Amino acid sequence: MLLIDCPWCGPRDENEFQYGGEAHIARPKDPASLSDAQWADYLFMRGNPKGRHRERWMHRSGCRRWFNVERDTVSHAITAVYRMGEAPPATAKPAATGDATSAEPRSSGDPGQWPAGGAE
Amino acid sequence: MSEQSHRLDAAAAPGRIDRGHPLRFVFNGRGYEGFAGDTLASALIANGVHLVGRSFKYHRPRGIVGSGSEEPNALVQLRTGERTEPNVRATQAELFDGLIASSQNCWPSVGFDLGAINDMASRILPAGFYYKTFMWPPSAWMFYEGLIRRAAGLGRAPDDPDPDRYEKRFAHCDVLVVGAGPAGLAAALAAARAGARVVLCDEQAEMGGQLLAHPRGVGAVIDGRPALDWASAALGELASNKDVTLLPRTTCFGYYDHNALALAERVADHVAKPRQFQPRQRLWKLRARRVVLATGAIERPLVFRDNDRPGIMLAGSAAAYGMRYGAAVGRRVLVFTNNDSAYRAALALFDAGVGIAGIVDLRPAASGKPVEDARARGIEVLAGWALTATDGPSKVRAALAMQLDEAGAGVQGPIRRIECDAIAMSGGWNPAVHLYSQARGKLRYDGAQGIFLPGRTEQALAVAGSCNGAWSLGACLAEGAAAGAAAAEAAGFTAASAPAPAAAEENDSPARLLWVVPSDRPLGEGGKHFVDFQNDVTAADIGLAVREGYKSVEHLKRYTTSGMGTDQGKLGNVHALGILAEVTAAEPGAVGTTTFRPPYTPVGFGTLAGRDVGALADPVRTTAMHGWHVAAGAVFEDVGQWKRPHYYPRPGESLHDAVNREVKAARTGVGILDASTLGKIDIQGPDAAEFLNRIYTNAWTKLEIGRARYGFMCREDGMVFDDGVTTRLAAGHFHMTTTTGGAARVLSWLEEWAQTEWPELRVYMTSVTEQWAVAAIAGPHARALLAKVGTGIDLDAKAFPFMAMREGNVAGIPARVFRISFTGELSYEINVPARYGMALWQALMAAGAEFGITPYGTEAMHVLRAEKGFVIVGQDTDGTVTPIDLGMDWIVSKAKDFIGKRSLSRADTARGDRKQLVGLLTDDPRVVLPEGGQIVAELKPEPPMAMLGHVTSSYFSANLDRSIALALVRNGRQRIGAALHVPLADRNIRVKVVEPKFIDPEGRRQDG
Repeated sequence: MLLIDCPWCGPRDENEFQYGGEAHIARPKDPASLSDAQWADYLFMRGNPKGRHRERWMHRSGCRRWFNVERDTVSHAITAVYRMGEAPPATAKPAATGDATSAEPRSSGDPGQWPAGGAE
Repeated sequence: MSEQSHRLDAAAAPGRIDRGHPLRFVFNGRGYEGFAGDTLASALIANGVHLVGRSFKYHRPRGIVGSGSEEPNALVQLRTGERTEPNVRATQAELFDGLIASSQNCWPSVGFDLGAINDMASRILPAGFYYKTFMWPPSAWMFYEGLIRRAAGLGRAPDDPDPDRYEKRFAHCDVLVVGAGPAGLAAALAAARAGARVVLCDEQAEMGGQLLAHPRGVGAVIDGRPALDWASAALGELASNKDVTLLPRTTCFGYYDHNALALAERVADHVAKPRQFQPRQRLWKLRARRVVLATGAIERPLVFRDNDRPGIMLAGSAAAYGMRYGAAVGRRVLVFTNNDSAYRAALALFDAGVGIAGIVDLRPAASGKPVEDARARGIEVLAGWALTATDGPSKVRAALAMQLDEAGAGVQGPIRRIECDAIAMSGGWNPAVHLYSQARGKLRYDGAQGIFLPGRTEQALAVAGSCNGAWSLGACLAEGAAAGAAAAEAAGFTAASAPAPAAAEENDSPARLLWVVPSDRPLGEGGKHFVDFQNDVTAADIGLAVREGYKSVEHLKRYTTSGMGTDQGKLGNVHALGILAEVTAAEPGAVGTTTFRPPYTPVGFGTLAGRDVGALADPVRTTAMHGWHVAAGAVFEDVGQWKRPHYYPRPGESLHDAVNREVKAARTGVGILDASTLGKIDIQGPDAAEFLNRIYTNAWTKLEIGRARYGFMCREDGMVFDDGVTTRLAAGHFHMTTTTGGAARVLSWLEEWAQTEWPELRVYMTSVTEQWAVAAIAGPHARALLAKVGTGIDLDAKAFPFMAMREGNVAGIPARVFRISFTGELSYEINVPARYGMALWQALMAAGAEFGITPYGTEAMHVLRAEKGFVIVGQDTDGTVTPIDLGMDWIVSKAKDFIGKRSLSRADTARGDRKQLVGLLTDDPRVVLPEGGQIVAELKPEPPMAMLGHVTSSYFSANLDRSIALALVRNGRQRIGAALHVPLADRNIRVKVVEPKFIDPEGRRQDG
């Protein structure tokens, strides 16, 4: 059972957390403009590296905050934990995922990606 | 005092038993006596009993082989009645007064066993015989399986509930030391002296490991004093240190990621029954900064012909019975070995007064101190000889020996018969790398010793002592002390540089590796060379498996069952690999090992469950009105963890009688439903409306304050995820409802998007499900009922329209009243703070008496909503259904984006002939379709038929006086008006496809 260092609560057992899949997959800003193939790539395609993997976790039984973890999928060693919106650690090079969008932080904090006020 | 025929003289072999404290016990119906400190196995041996069971497949008589958790044969049914426990290793069962045990897997008795005919028939029971024999005809497997289970089963599970209590404990430490032998004690001392919080666990009742039982430990000298005095001082020091936890009788059985370990502490297994409030066992879930594995080594047998007769056992165990328990395994013990350790066992036994019939050594040039010591005592040593057969029907009585040829491939010369009543064998020692391997440590093969040693690991652990291939006492102590100090340092402490406890370093002569000891007959003829005693796997079986193509170690294991069972091949695994390597002409290191997985030894279900049983297995959630429902005689249904009234039967009513009455009342008078369990989420923040706009498929930003809207949430793949009504309480404040089962899931979903994708939105949500109690009243008299109890709200249909919320005081209770309807009738959902739920309910029931108010349960609720064609997410949908498939295009905004929108135009999602929601009416209105029934257009005499979909909801509607059903049907919208069929096992039901709205399709009734 992993020991995950929640950036808000400190180290806790894995069974307090919920896994959220690969990190840094940003939702496309204008889905309607994407081809089916581009949309499918965002929707379905995920990296499955042997080695360093950046992934999302949520402290379900604690603070309920989402954050990012860099974990080695072979040794399960956790090499970094960082908050949503923070840049991934530059030191460690993640294994190639073959996913063009994976270099982009999932939560960019850019308010411009949705039209303000909504449209009805 | 009854005679213990094989108890050794107290002066020559004092052991760790208390001869002044005799204990009575019963084995296989016969009374015996042992001493405090005995195990069941040592007490049986002291009474001359070796035959303890029958083997799994051939039902051959079997005796005690080992002296600890490695024991493959001596599995007994321990205790009787509700506390009976199967598959207990007699070698680990501590003796207590009144202990009752019996052999397993034999009928009618261990001495005369009918199953032994399998042994005579062994020619037709080769490796893989299950797969070869019982696979034809395929339909008969179920029949065969029952017979095999009965013939091959081990012990019996108890029939009665376990009367004992089991506890769980979560703990942390700086250094966990597994194993309290010399290496483990030295490690714990070094770590504790550095100030680390230390846990030291050992599977035995008494700590000390091989210092208690091994010829190299008993009688050794550590730091100038007797080893046991040193151990006793070490344990005293550890016990007096408040940062040290000593856990005897505790097996570390699982090693998981990031140094999470599971330990089973047998708190009260060694007594007849636990004291009051004392748990039987305790499961420790431990997180250790560093781990030192000092798990020792397990002796391995020699694979020679008929090496399984009772009385043939491991040499180290034979010595342990003599030295630790003062019990003689025989009066004339023949020793058979390939290494020096068995000489020490022979010397120890000899010195304790046990007759030694001789030492047969596979090594032609046996030499060195142990050999000289043996010869000096007049013990005959046959160097370069092998045992080629054994004799004795229920216990060994003689062995045949011949000289080995130079290569060790055959035997030659005259046959010598050696009379004996026990054989102590040693094929060397395997480091107990199980936990190391569980920790995903890589093993390396040492070809010279023929053993697997710890190699490389990513976990924060160290290995010390014979588990790491250190064989002398001095080396074990040195490695342990170094590992303990290093572990403390790594955990942030400073270890003083003190010398390790010192003891003699005594090096052995090399062993001779012979995976199979040859005899004068070809392998597999005239006798059996057992590799795995518990599973009756022989050397010949491994050869056969390889010839049949099972050359991978994983295939070999599954085909022959070698290494399976309760002992998981602790004795035979490496031999099986060695033989496999030899047969395939490969290196054992290249053959590899099968994966060691938790648990190290079997763990009881009770231990794993702990207190999470019965009422504590899962929380039960009840609403504020639960007591009323109970008093009203409601029958309850579990919805997630909630108890919800299913229906309220009156005397003599069946489910259907009650539901028919309840659904009619809701459409003709007024019904009342406890809707408190619906998920409720309070959403606030300036951007709350924009957030909902992105989450829901329909539009939310322009919703007026005080108005409610029904919405669908989709996943990003466009499939319906949850639904519910959400109400705007203020500009930046919404009250969301979800399905009862989906409440937690929806809250997580909202939080995920708010935190990860749109952190710029100022929106916050919290669950308020438990804060509100909800009574839903539905029916033509609902408005009159509300008026009667008093609300302070203008109830006029124009002032308080459908899909609106008003705040008021209902029956004097502050309330939010929502005019929403899941029945299609005029309906109000009255929300009050939960603590007022019962008062509200009682007021409504009292005031409703004149309207014939009728409480209805979830079954009536289902019928009422199905009459209106309202879907239930999770029943009428299954994660492959879009809002459009449900015919609800109107709820999908064309103008804005929302989660899942883009997916609705993917080629497959936009197909016109997807499965779509329709209504079904049976030709015969009395027939109610089974939910899940498959739907076809074209009937054939028998399957397969092209299936178009399935029935998702089906009820008898008392309001329509006929059956109704909802279904998902391929291209269903285009089939409205068509006839389809639901083929069942015994008949076919013809149905007509209709719009999924059976009552009031125009929606007039909801206004009253």
